[in-house]
Amino acid sequence: MLAKKDLLGLYDCSAEEICEILETADKMRDFLDGKDKKSNLLAGKSLITLFYENSTRTRVSFELAGKYLGANVVNISAASSSVQKGETLIDTGKTLDAMKIDFIAIRHPMAGAPRLLAQNVKASVLNGGDGMNEHPTQALLDMLSLKRKFGKIKGLKVAILGDIKHSRVAKSNLFGLTKLGAEVYMYAPETLLPKEISKLGAKVAKSREEAIEGADGVMGLRIQLERQNGGLFPSLSEYSAFYGVKDNLLKYAKKDAVILHPGPVNRGVELTPTLIDGETSVIEEQVTCGVAVRMALLKLLVEYREKNL
Amino acid sequence: MKLLIKNGTLALDGGEKKADILIEDGKISKIAENITADCKTLDADGKHVLPGLIDIHVHLREPGFEGKEDIESGSKAAVAGGFTQVCCMPNTDPVCDNALVVNYIKNRQREVNLCKINPIGAITRGENGAAMADIGKMKRAGAVAISDDGKSVMDSNIMRLAMEYASGFNLKCLCHCEDINLVDGGVVNEGYNSTLTGLKGSLRAAEDIMIARDIALAESLNVPVHICHVSTYSGVEIIRNAKKRGVKVTAETCPHYFILTDDVITGFDTNTKVNPPVREQRDREAIIEAIKDGTIDCIVTDHAPHALKDKQVEYNLAAFGISGIETSFALSYTYLVKAGHIGLCALVQKISKVPAQILDLEGGELKVGSPADITVVDLGKKYKIDSGKFISKGKNTPFNGFEVWGKTVCTIVDGDIKYSI
Repeated sequence: MLAKKDLLGLYDCSAEEICEILETADKMRDFLDGKDKKSNLLAGKSLITLFYENSTRTRVSFELAGKYLGANVVNISAASSSVQKGETLIDTGKTLDAMKIDFIAIRHPMAGAPRLLAQNVKASVLNGGDGMNEHPTQALLDMLSLKRKFGKIKGLKVAILGDIKHSRVAKSNLFGLTKLGAEVYMYAPETLLPKEISKLGAKVAKSREEAIEGADGVMGLRIQLERQNGGLFPSLSEYSAFYGVKDNLLKYAKKDAVILHPGPVNRGVELTPTLIDGETSVIEEQVTCGVAVRMALLKLLVEYREKNL
Repeated sequence: MKLLIKNGTLALDGGEKKADILIEDGKISKIAENITADCKTLDADGKHVLPGLIDIHVHLREPGFEGKEDIESGSKAAVAGGFTQVCCMPNTDPVCDNALVVNYIKNRQREVNLCKINPIGAITRGENGAAMADIGKMKRAGAVAISDDGKSVMDSNIMRLAMEYASGFNLKCLCHCEDINLVDGGVVNEGYNSTLTGLKGSLRAAEDIMIARDIALAESLNVPVHICHVSTYSGVEIIRNAKKRGVKVTAETCPHYFILTDDVITGFDTNTKVNPPVREQRDREAIIEAIKDGTIDCIVTDHAPHALKDKQVEYNLAAFGISGIETSFALSYTYLVKAGHIGLCALVQKISKVPAQILDLEGGELKVGSPADITVVDLGKKYKIDSGKFISKGKNTPFNGFEVWGKTVCTIVDGDIKYSI
């Protein structure tokens, strides 16, 4: 039983809670393959998506998850809200709360913002990515993709390559995967590796080959182009040469290994187009799993709300 | 006007001693056992009598930021914390970079008339790091030091010229040490906890580089320099080595650097956001060691009050700073003396006599002829810090709920009781 009002990150979730979310999401994923995607599970409930950063897949995924389950969904982007008039996050949250909503899915450029919001509203807050902190629904959808492919998480080896330092995706995956008994290897330029990440359970590889050796899943992380301007690495071509995942590197991975990417992809930088579009890629399946995971969370949180609030 | 403090235990340089203190015309006129005098008498039986505490690093926010604090509320908070004398940093609005603002603060002090207030002037005009402020005129108006606190003067040549020029007026630079390019927007210490929280970290090196630079300037120019709020073990080492070489460097730290580690940031409580950031166990231990061996000369509060709205926002957006003047003595007593690191008299020196010496201020000792700036404390009572009861407008503290010993009972400035419970 997911015993929380909010989903702020996987660091705060127990292995049991993560398993429950994945099991529920697995059923939702099957539901999405059905002809008629209609449910009344969240009839009469309201979900707000409150996005302070650009997003296509995460925001639409939350919106559809709510709609497939029969909830009312309203989308707010910071660009068109009172945020532009200088309203604080707490005031925005309280205003939305006063409209008797049930869920807020928030994306914010600053770490900890969803927690601040959650502390100040009655609605359940779902973290859609906060700064360099966490992106729990992304990690859950990655885990669901892996679980559906391999039937389990325990014992898998997942290699994550790319901009680890600025990646909330890498961190949430690290927390979630290791809690369920998978191994997480990371490889990145030294300037894109956060301090003491190994103390959080990551195995830091010395080469791409070591990271990918025997891996079940290989995840490339998006290199944000502005990072290069920040001087964190010399050029995209140098990055691709030393840190990109090339076609021939996949031979080090397990035969049935899959390629993952949280998107959007820089084709030819972190992954080659062959890998992105190839048979081993589950990048599209990840997107579908994303809707399923968010549906599962809405279901579990509403059950918690009805019992406890 | 006479005042007699009877039966207290005095904290003197040589140790604790039971004695009475007679105050006449604002000065200590007699220290002896069993003084009798026909005047107002304060019974300090069971209490400790200290030279008035002196804080050479506070932010009183006036003029300009009265929503956070003003000279009156800050003074009330200071005497409640046992401080008889404070030095206020110039990052107000307007910046205290000219004689006019120095005079304004001195005038407000006279109106409020609680603790003594010594303004610190800015090193550069508007704290912009580009052009020297009118250092001589500020000194003439009563500034006791110069500082661009809140930031470093990034241009080393401008810093050199300011230190050199100010030395001609016998003014010290109080150096806030932070290489702003290296900080690069960091809000917490860079390490395990910055990775865990995703809050942008700032390396120790950002502080250490500027500590080393300012010491190098002082050494090359043979002028004194004072390093503000030291927070890193490595910065301590730089200062220790410089002192061994005979560089005229003094240094301060604050209670949060010898009590807290960055484990406190993991709940995203913005009251833990302070500059420099609280660091790791290794740093905390090194700071305590440096207090013990004298590498760090004195303890200040860096009292940085903020309005609630400055802290009730995302961690990145929250203001840096801790409202510390009402908790500094109790925290220092609890975590340094009670914890067995230093004795009471050594602590008192670090919050009174030594800071006075660093800035050439009067006071800091209980001796005949000195101004009667005296703080009476009750060391026997344990209590919980309650920020809701702070007199300061700034309720921003990471120490709310901490159990401490050491309560101010009475604060006397120039023989007048300015605070008593």
